[in-house]
Amino acid sequence: MADVLPRSEPGRLIVLERIPPAAWVLGVLLLAMPAFASNFVLYQIFGWSFILGMIALSLMVLAGYGGMVSLIQMTVAALAGYVVAILGTSGVPQISLGWPWWLHIPLAIVIAMLFGTLVGALAVRTEGIYTIMITLAIAAAFFYFTRQNYGIFNGYTGFNNVIPPRWFDIDWRQSVPFYYLTLACATLSYLAVVWIGRTPFGLALQGVRDNPRRMSALGFSVTAHRILAYTFASVIAAFGGILLVWQNAQVVPGTAGIPQVIDILVIAVVGGLRRPIGPFIGAFIYAILSVFSSDILHAIGMSGERFKLVVGLGFLAVVGFSPDGVLGLWDRYQARRETNRDALLGGRR
Amino acid sequence: MKRFIGAAAALALMLPGAAAAQDTIKVGILVATEGAFAAGGADGIRNVELALKQVGNMAGGKKIETVVAPTDTTPATATRMARKLIEQDKVDIILGPLSGSEGIAMRDYSKTVPDKTVINGISGALETTWVDPSPNFFRFNLDGAQWGAGLGDYVVNKKGWKKVATVSADYSFGYTNFLGFAVGFCKAGGELVERLWVPLGSSDFAGVIAKLPDDVDAIYLGVGGTDAINFLNQYQQAGGKAKLIGGSIMADPTVLNSKGKAKDALIGTPTSGWVANDNPAPEWQAYVKAYQEAFPADKRLPSPSLFGVGYYVNALAMIAGLNEVKGDLSDGQKKFHAALSKLKVKTPLGEISLNENRQASGSVFVTEVSANPDGSLSNKMVARVDNVTQTLGMTADAFRAMGLPSRTTPDCKALGGK
Repeated sequence: MADVLPRSEPGRLIVLERIPPAAWVLGVLLLAMPAFASNFVLYQIFGWSFILGMIALSLMVLAGYGGMVSLIQMTVAALAGYVVAILGTSGVPQISLGWPWWLHIPLAIVIAMLFGTLVGALAVRTEGIYTIMITLAIAAAFFYFTRQNYGIFNGYTGFNNVIPPRWFDIDWRQSVPFYYLTLACATLSYLAVVWIGRTPFGLALQGVRDNPRRMSALGFSVTAHRILAYTFASVIAAFGGILLVWQNAQVVPGTAGIPQVIDILVIAVVGGLRRPIGPFIGAFIYAILSVFSSDILHAIGMSGERFKLVVGLGFLAVVGFSPDGVLGLWDRYQARRETNRDALLGGRR
Repeated sequence: MKRFIGAAAALALMLPGAAAAQDTIKVGILVATEGAFAAGGADGIRNVELALKQVGNMAGGKKIETVVAPTDTTPATATRMARKLIEQDKVDIILGPLSGSEGIAMRDYSKTVPDKTVINGISGALETTWVDPSPNFFRFNLDGAQWGAGLGDYVVNKKGWKKVATVSADYSFGYTNFLGFAVGFCKAGGELVERLWVPLGSSDFAGVIAKLPDDVDAIYLGVGGTDAINFLNQYQQAGGKAKLIGGSIMADPTVLNSKGKAKDALIGTPTSGWVANDNPAPEWQAYVKAYQEAFPADKRLPSPSLFGVGYYVNALAMIAGLNEVKGDLSDGQKKFHAALSKLKVKTPLGEISLNENRQASGSVFVTEVSANPDGSLSNKMVARVDNVTQTLGMTADAFRAMGLPSRTTPDCKALGGK
């Protein structure tokens, strides 16, 4: 958490100076990526990573800042996607209402936010494993409901041909525009999370995580902070969900099936839950493994059938070596290299 | 930085794909290897290998190279893997997919790559080639509705089962396959007492089994793969004794050769599909022999599954098409597309050609499950319906008026049933 603790009066310039060189390099690299990456890598690997990263980021807000492991984030994202498909246009004209984007996108965000808040309000009165169980139960209920409900959610088939509006006369499903669209959304979400972590609300939330009773004694409403964290996280997940639907051009019950719900947790844990960059690292690893695992199997002379095995083993390896994910590995490496740093927190500054 | 290393790794992985030479044709096999149809998917891969081996991996004078893209029967994964095949592995032709909803997703995806070709694997949803079909999507196997043809008439007129409750898979193929049965059944004057639907990939059927009515002549089961085995297990445990009618993937070799006793409940069950194990036609017998010789007994099914036959027939069509144009895929594969549309391809199931929607017509076999002396099960052919068209012999307008396959289509009464 070293990153997010307040420092000496942050003026604008000081903020810029405090951006580490690695971030500049990463930023330039990401902006220049279309110059040397193939369309497939841009759209399917990076686009998908940014989207999954955003959804996992919303979990990171809850788990990292708030100490609440929620499994509802993928469901919130899928709900936003469903609302876009139902209120906007899709390949199922009997159900889709065809409202313009300036109406259905904000509505999707708001509805997903309300849903997330509602689930949060139910879940925050529990701790630990019970939070996981309540959110998982609601996620499972949502999955089965969408699969059985034909009037609104179109059952197993879901909605296809859900495509983004043509802003500025650009086809946003082309690789390069979609890459920049997701990059921009991911960056904004990332900055929003970094920022919220430094606001009084974010600090109080972290206080609630560390010692709810003391925060309560100091006059902070523990419940309100937690519920508000769900609200904030839901907005990020909702944006991720809408992008996900545009990427696949479809939303089906399987978008938020139980495996997908668990995947988000895996992504966040593998990347590292302690800082906002973690989920994106986890999502990138996940995307690479999901797409290339059958090639990896073929490369070592096995049949590609058990492609999920590679994905699973990859994650086991990361979590086995480092309980706090890839970020933890990096932190430990840093701490070992410069022993004068705080080995426990492993902060980079 | 991690991200950069990853990107570098991704680029490195991409290089072999870009190196494909002009005198090879790359074919991507899109096939489900996870989920309910994993066994059928594996058989699909085997059969494509067999078809290619029979022509020495050459078609149209060019070497055929294959890449397998595994899916898990969901449309999202199918689309992602198809993109990977086209954009990353640079394949010219996609052979697949396996499952119904994947097929609909591939119809939509193929429209975005008009200069490539998608030849179906064994997916059988009607909509794939019926609603808004794609000009570069070809299906040389019959769809799920066609597979059901003949069965309804057989159970009413030969078996005398007139009151039937149905349990079918709650997705596009399930509806389609059910429709094929129901159209024949209702036209023959049958009565559909109750229609129950179970989600694909279910493990708990207790609720549905409890809802099955007792006073029916038989129960139609339109599920497949592991779902079929799970259902039979639980149905027996619940003490179910009713006569069964099987959908086209209910008594497939992947089910008949599963472990355990559950499958014994299927003995005597009539089903229909485009595969009959004991089809006496010489081309079928030759194919089964080739299949059995190509793979060691523990690495294959005793006889090719419906899924495998689908991939085999579509692979044969691809090879024949490539031969027709002498491997010329230039000019956005236009010549290849035209050749496929007009192709009359000789297959183990007889000659197959496509209609204006690039959908095959052909024969459907009604079979009954019977026990062999050694205790194993196989399908015995009892009837055969030739030249089943996409519209099941109706005019296109009459077929369209019936509505698309869904939980409530077809309306049995409108077809003359009860």
